[in-house]
Amino acid sequence: MSAYAWYLIRRFGQFVLVVFVGINVVFFVTHATPIDPVEQAISSVTQFGQTDPRAVEIMRKALRELYGLNGTIWEQYATFWKRLAAGDFGPSLSAFPTPVSVLIRQALPWTTGLLTTSTLIAWGVGNFLGGLAGYYRKSRLLKAAGIAATGLQPIPSYIMSLVMLILFGYIWPILPISGGFQMNVSPGLSTSFVWGVVWHSILPVLSLVLITIGAWFIGMRSLVSNIVSEDYVVYAELAGVDRRRILTSYVMRNALAPQLTGLALSLGTIFNGAIITEFVFGYPGLGTLLVRGVNSGDYSLVLGIASISIVAVATAVFAIDLLYPLLDPRVKVE
Amino acid sequence: MLRVFRDLFRYNREFAVGTILVLIVLCLTVASFFSPYPPQDSYVVPPDVPPCWAYPLGTNSRGQDVFWQLTVAMRNSLLFGVAVAFLSRIISLVVGLVSGYVGGVVDRVLMSINDTFVVIPLFPILTLFYFMMRDHMSWVLLALAMASLGWPYDARLIRSVALSLRNREFTTQSVFSGMNTRQILVGEHLPYVLPIVFSTTMNNINWSIGLEVTLSVIGLTNIETPTIGTMIYWANQHTAMVAGIWWWVLAPVATVIMTFIGLFLLSVSMNEFIDPRSRLARMGA
Repeated sequence: MSAYAWYLIRRFGQFVLVVFVGINVVFFVTHATPIDPVEQAISSVTQFGQTDPRAVEIMRKALRELYGLNGTIWEQYATFWKRLAAGDFGPSLSAFPTPVSVLIRQALPWTTGLLTTSTLIAWGVGNFLGGLAGYYRKSRLLKAAGIAATGLQPIPSYIMSLVMLILFGYIWPILPISGGFQMNVSPGLSTSFVWGVVWHSILPVLSLVLITIGAWFIGMRSLVSNIVSEDYVVYAELAGVDRRRILTSYVMRNALAPQLTGLALSLGTIFNGAIITEFVFGYPGLGTLLVRGVNSGDYSLVLGIASISIVAVATAVFAIDLLYPLLDPRVKVE
Repeated sequence: MLRVFRDLFRYNREFAVGTILVLIVLCLTVASFFSPYPPQDSYVVPPDVPPCWAYPLGTNSRGQDVFWQLTVAMRNSLLFGVAVAFLSRIISLVVGLVSGYVGGVVDRVLMSINDTFVVIPLFPILTLFYFMMRDHMSWVLLALAMASLGWPYDARLIRSVALSLRNREFTTQSVFSGMNTRQILVGEHLPYVLPIVFSTTMNNINWSIGLEVTLSVIGLTNIETPTIGTMIYWANQHTAMVAGIWWWVLAPVATVIMTFIGLFLLSVSMNEFIDPRSRLARMGA
């Protein structure tokens, strides 16, 4: 079998492992904790006034069935996987009777769009500028960019979004700070709707870009400044190869491979940042949905989002792994 | 030790700035012990007073002095960060050292699990955890949950150092002189990885404070314990920004950003100090 196929099989194995371990963590969290979601839902219904005990009993049964909490722990475990495989998490209690899967399907494109746009911008611009900074170490401008990147990198997503919200929502209110599109325009492929979506996404995207760009910049800078002293680069310089060509196709291309691995590894963290940012800006994605689910005590919704998040991130990581051989052809030979 | 510290302070600007920022934050936390009001009490001072001499950071809508509230909040947040970092360091040290030294199948299995935990999105899982615990959620539980999820990045880093230690002569000699694996790892390899553990500790404190802030702001922790996150939570609950009580939001946000940058600079400069190559590059060699 070719080395490439082996590579793919190994990465697919990792994908399966991520989903398996992640879902097990979710199962553990939901089943090893002392609190019973059924009793919790019942107590929230019955806390006002008297309810017929028979009605409570029926409700208990129905909820047990709905949450997949019938039978022994192993039967529950089997039910859990079966439901995940079918993508069926039952109806949402807070938006009854809409199924959880429908709610997630509505929210997922917003999250995906936000994540893809901001990651592409942050990764692309961060790596490009970082590469320049590693190569032209004397440049004043790039040194200043380095200081800015160092200051930006440790700021967590919530604080960054909040600062953006205050800056552009209160101090200099020019950008919309809430929602994903204009309220008075019906969703569709009209210019005004698309424009509204772009306009509303500026602040969330900007926050996400600022959170992640520093790490890419600093990582690429140190990678490039290490590669620059390699023999082959010195040789290329002595041979009179155009410096711009050395930078782009000799140095940066080699440094991009570890940065792509870095992207795959930090995707989970980036995803966390995205859903937190969505919550801050009331963006109609998974983050807002998740917080809504928690606040309204919607067990199926929270469980569904946690499970889908794991699968979605694992899939995205696998997709990046598929791209990796394009940058590093060594995995194809060996 | 002191000389190293002095040299670092003098020649490494990141270290100097980081130390100053962290010292300011530490002073704040120490000041919390001198707070004239119990931290959870409200309506002890007139509400909504802008910063003035009597109340250097103003007072909030719950009738609390923002400055004293901030000191206690900072202490709790920092303590939380240190607790998570300490606990997760233990896991990452064990995984990293064992994986790097034993190698082979053990290494591959441990690293697959490690990479898996790196990728899994923690936030939805922690949210689910809160959802299940609700009122039983406490500071200690959250720290335990985050520590058991926040180790993998650093385990990989420690492993890469341990991997290079495995083929060094002193390791071979320890094996021949009859030390067992545990003795080698604890007695011989641990001292070598400690500097890098210190620098990852700073980053891990940052990470856990950041996540704690986020969870608290959404209301997913015990909101009665004053932390930086719950401070912002209450400010949001009272719509402080809309009401124009900006000092209530600005104080915790500015302090926590100071903490993040301070700790991050310390970890960066420490990394540079450990890795002589970057020190040389800095000197222009």
